[in-house]
Amino acid sequence: MIGWFRRVWENDPRKDPNAVVYFLLAIFAVLFPLFASVVTGGSPNFLLSVAGDAGVYVLLTLGLNVVVGMAGLLDLGYAAFFAIGAYTYAFIASDHLAVTPLQTTLHVPFWIVLLIALFVAASFGVILGAPTLRLRGDYLAIVTLGFGEIVPRVFKNTSTWTSGVNGISALDTPELPIWFKGPWSGDPLAVVQNFKIFDPLGYYVIMVVLLVICVVLVRNLQNSRMGRAWAAIREDEVAAAAMGVNTVQAKLLAFAIGAAFSGFAGTFYGAKLSLVSPENFGFSVSITVLVMVVLGGMGNIPGVMLGSLLIYLVIFMVLPSLPDTVTSIANAIGLTGLTQASGDFPGIGEFAARLKFLIFGLILVLVMLLRPQGLLPSREREQELTKGTHDDTIIEDVQAETG
Amino acid sequence: MQTASGPASDAAILRLDHVTKRFGGLVAVNDVTFDVRKGEVFALIGPNGAGKTTLFNGVTGLIPPTSGSVVFEGREIAGTKPFKVAELGIARTFQNIRLFEYMSAVENILVGEHCRMHAKLWDSLFKLPRERREEKEVTDHAMELLRFVGIERWAHSYARNLPYGGQRRLEIARALATRPRLLLLDEPAAGFTPQEKVELMRLVGKILDSGVTVFLIEHDMKVVMGISKRIVVLDHGEMIAHGTPEEVRRNPRVIEAYLGKQH
Amino acid sequence: MGAVGEAIRRRRSDLRSGLTGRALDVGLYVLILAFLFLLGTRVIEHGPDYLLQIFFFALANGAIYALIALGYTMVYGIIELINFAHGDVFAFGAFASASLIPLFGLSEGQVWGPFTILQLLAVFVVTMLLCAVLNVSIERIAYRPLRHAPRLAPLITAIGMSFFLEGAMFLWKGPSSVHYPDVLPDLSFTILGARVGVKEITVWITTIVLVVGLALFIDRSRLGKAMRATAQDRDAAQLMGIDIDRTIAATFFIGAVLAGAGGIMYGLSYNTAVFDLGFSAGLVAFTAAVFGGIGNIYGAAIGGLVLGLIRTFWDGYFDSAWSDVVIFAILIMVLVFRPTGILGMRVPEK
Ligand SMILES: Nc1ncnc2c1ncn2[C@@H]1O[C@H](COP(=O)(O)OP(=O)(O)O)[C@@H](O)[C@H]1O
Ligand SMILES: [Mg+2]
Repeated sequence: MIGWFRRVWENDPRKDPNAVVYFLLAIFAVLFPLFASVVTGGSPNFLLSVAGDAGVYVLLTLGLNVVVGMAGLLDLGYAAFFAIGAYTYAFIASDHLAVTPLQTTLHVPFWIVLLIALFVAASFGVILGAPTLRLRGDYLAIVTLGFGEIVPRVFKNTSTWTSGVNGISALDTPELPIWFKGPWSGDPLAVVQNFKIFDPLGYYVIMVVLLVICVVLVRNLQNSRMGRAWAAIREDEVAAAAMGVNTVQAKLLAFAIGAAFSGFAGTFYGAKLSLVSPENFGFSVSITVLVMVVLGGMGNIPGVMLGSLLIYLVIFMVLPSLPDTVTSIANAIGLTGLTQASGDFPGIGEFAARLKFLIFGLILVLVMLLRPQGLLPSREREQELTKGTHDDTIIEDVQAETG
Repeated sequence: MQTASGPASDAAILRLDHVTKRFGGLVAVNDVTFDVRKGEVFALIGPNGAGKTTLFNGVTGLIPPTSGSVVFEGREIAGTKPFKVAELGIARTFQNIRLFEYMSAVENILVGEHCRMHAKLWDSLFKLPRERREEKEVTDHAMELLRFVGIERWAHSYARNLPYGGQRRLEIARALATRPRLLLLDEPAAGFTPQEKVELMRLVGKILDSGVTVFLIEHDMKVVMGISKRIVVLDHGEMIAHGTPEEVRRNPRVIEAYLGKQH
Repeated sequence: MGAVGEAIRRRRSDLRSGLTGRALDVGLYVLILAFLFLLGTRVIEHGPDYLLQIFFFALANGAIYALIALGYTMVYGIIELINFAHGDVFAFGAFASASLIPLFGLSEGQVWGPFTILQLLAVFVVTMLLCAVLNVSIERIAYRPLRHAPRLAPLITAIGMSFFLEGAMFLWKGPSSVHYPDVLPDLSFTILGARVGVKEITVWITTIVLVVGLALFIDRSRLGKAMRATAQDRDAAQLMGIDIDRTIAATFFIGAVLAGAGGIMYGLSYNTAVFDLGFSAGLVAFTAAVFGGIGNIYGAAIGGLVLGLIRTFWDGYFDSAWSDVVIFAILIMVLVFRPTGILGMRVPEK
């Protein structure tokens, strides 16, 4: 049975074992509010809010997966587009412009800004990618790294426009033009207009809907003319070009789509937090998303979604709660002495807090060493790795064959 | 050798004019001039390192020639980007097979169809009816090509899992998917058994019958003599002979440079 | 006829792309000139003494960047990996030497003599060895098993290692800057109105000695030749009987020795260190390596110097909040306009 499964998995690309994962993810998404409500005894708002934030990372991961997983391009400054999306929303959907030299305000509806941010971020992607994508593969990584460092600093330093480190706050709350009130919100059944989305459940629902749409669209793309072109470029850029694939254009498209996703996610993020600040878009965000893609299984959509949820859980839930956990454990087993700072030792809680980076680094290294193909890889990657071939010669080949 | 345009060379589908390619100090192709006529099988032969593949790379834009002109159907294509060359109607295979190993045989061919497809980003994102129709059309065409080269039973295997001969055939099918008018085959029979070579010659005949001009590099004189009307011989980048198989076979320089070395 | 028309059209389009290429070049030069002009006005404003002072500081900063950049470029040259953990090895050098200094009997404000110089030398040697052992272990644990995996895999472990090292130093010294013992004598000379301290001189001399030593080593020694051969073509080198694993380990060793020295001198000059010091310093040094043409050892040394000059002059004459932006903008422009490095040096063929 298992042998049969392995054979099918390794030899027949038509069978899609991901269906199960999609199904489980969908069930999970639907049941999560219920679950959150039950485990917290009827006050699920915190968990729902966290889930909304996690959704932002899933969105980011889906986008970066197009760039890294599908087209095989390395983007180390993905957070820059995230920042651009968030700041786009902050500028045109708050009172902030009043305190800038412009001295007016704009309040473009959230749904329209989603699209605007998408295009603004994609344009930056094109501007950055166009001159770079012709060059060697690694250069894109380095250029994006530089761009990722520049963007938040620019937002930080141009404080007449962006309020600098303080960031921009009180962003508009997204509104639905029409919504229904009913028993679920403790109101009589009624149709309301211009319904403001305040509660975490609202954001959660929007996020799930956006994610479903995005997954469908990205999947469509992967199984299309362009998706095949990306796969071909990833495997052998020279052969792809010789077969009539405009490789520069295809790569640029992948890069722009990735940027668009990031900008899109940025707008949602800004709206949900109602605050943007340059501190939230650093290198660590870019790296986190990249790690989500790689650990999840590059190129495989359900894989990267799973990866992003797991990493999110570790980084934003498990590691931050570590100090409290170990403190209470120490108290429980009677080692209260450990919880106090003494001499150089800062107390076990603070000690655990300081372990954060170290543990995260360790996880990265270990998972990559034990499972370099990621947790749930696409079969192509699985084979590439387990059969010992590797694609890092492609770039050199292009050099050799195209001078 | 006639190089100016005139009635005689109007039948030329590809014309190389004083093509030279240098790699640093090495002259890999030196001042080569000839033409390939529409509807023929044209062969390029020569010992290893003679510059044959380099010439193909020059024609397909992978490594543009240092100087000289390459005219395809009356159009200058030297220095044109590879994907553009494919769009214009020249397809090729590679001497050391370059398939997309982790894509299935059909998907490999579908990559070849890429440049003949019209689906835009929006069509693919939303799977619009015309995109679905086109996908079905090209998939059918791809299956047809698999049957044409005789490897339909591996349609859904990863390219890397095909037997060697199947891989060579898949490369030909992938090239044909770009609907070329000129097909460049770089040592398509390398590593084949005599039986397979005969089958390959038959396949080349079928390709020719479907209206595609074939320009091939081949080591095996028997194959070359059997299917090509005209031959050019390259040695150390120099064109040392050209003409019919008979003429070339009798040419003393060829015997010395090529046949002599074979025996 | 058709062909001729096509040829003419082609020549025209060649000309056009040549022109746009040139226009971009011209744009770049205009940008550089505008910057130099702006700098010139500021320089005149502040007077010549200040200029010279900035220049001396810049040389010292540049030397430290160069030492870090060398490790990046050597590792990239040989295994095409951006070793993200390299900057943290530099930071480790600073931390380790901070602890070693009192251990070797050096203290702030002491009297200097020949023996103290020996003590400091011992600190240097031990720190550099510690860094080397660390870097070689990193290669052994996190990169070597992935040498045949897709290139993203070792990149992720490199990032993981960087987090790990920063985490370890965070654990060791906590989140805020720690004081680094100010042991060098507080002597200074006045050259043309600018002050040159023992700190700057130490940095210059050490760097020159190390870089010259490295150059000789790469040029003359067997191992150096093996390193060059491996960087050129790993497979061929292997066929020639070069032990690839040993050669790569040696590259990490040497890179870390230089970074460790950089870490000590950073500490000695600035008397402060923080756990994530390696991140920003590493990025600048990496930019320097790219600037000089990545993989090119002399390029990295010169690139480090140039970036030290740029950064220090920017900080000295303009708003230092923008200096990182300037550095990274340079990084991007170099890659777009001069992909082989600004010095036009040849990158080793890969
Ligand atoms: N990309 C390249 N860079 C440098 N030299 C090359 C390159 N491609 C081919 N050569 C050299 O050009 C010569 C001709 O090679 P090639 O065209 O492959 O010969 P063949 O006739 O066997 O196909 C050889 O000496 C080869 O080493
Ligand atoms: Mg050849």
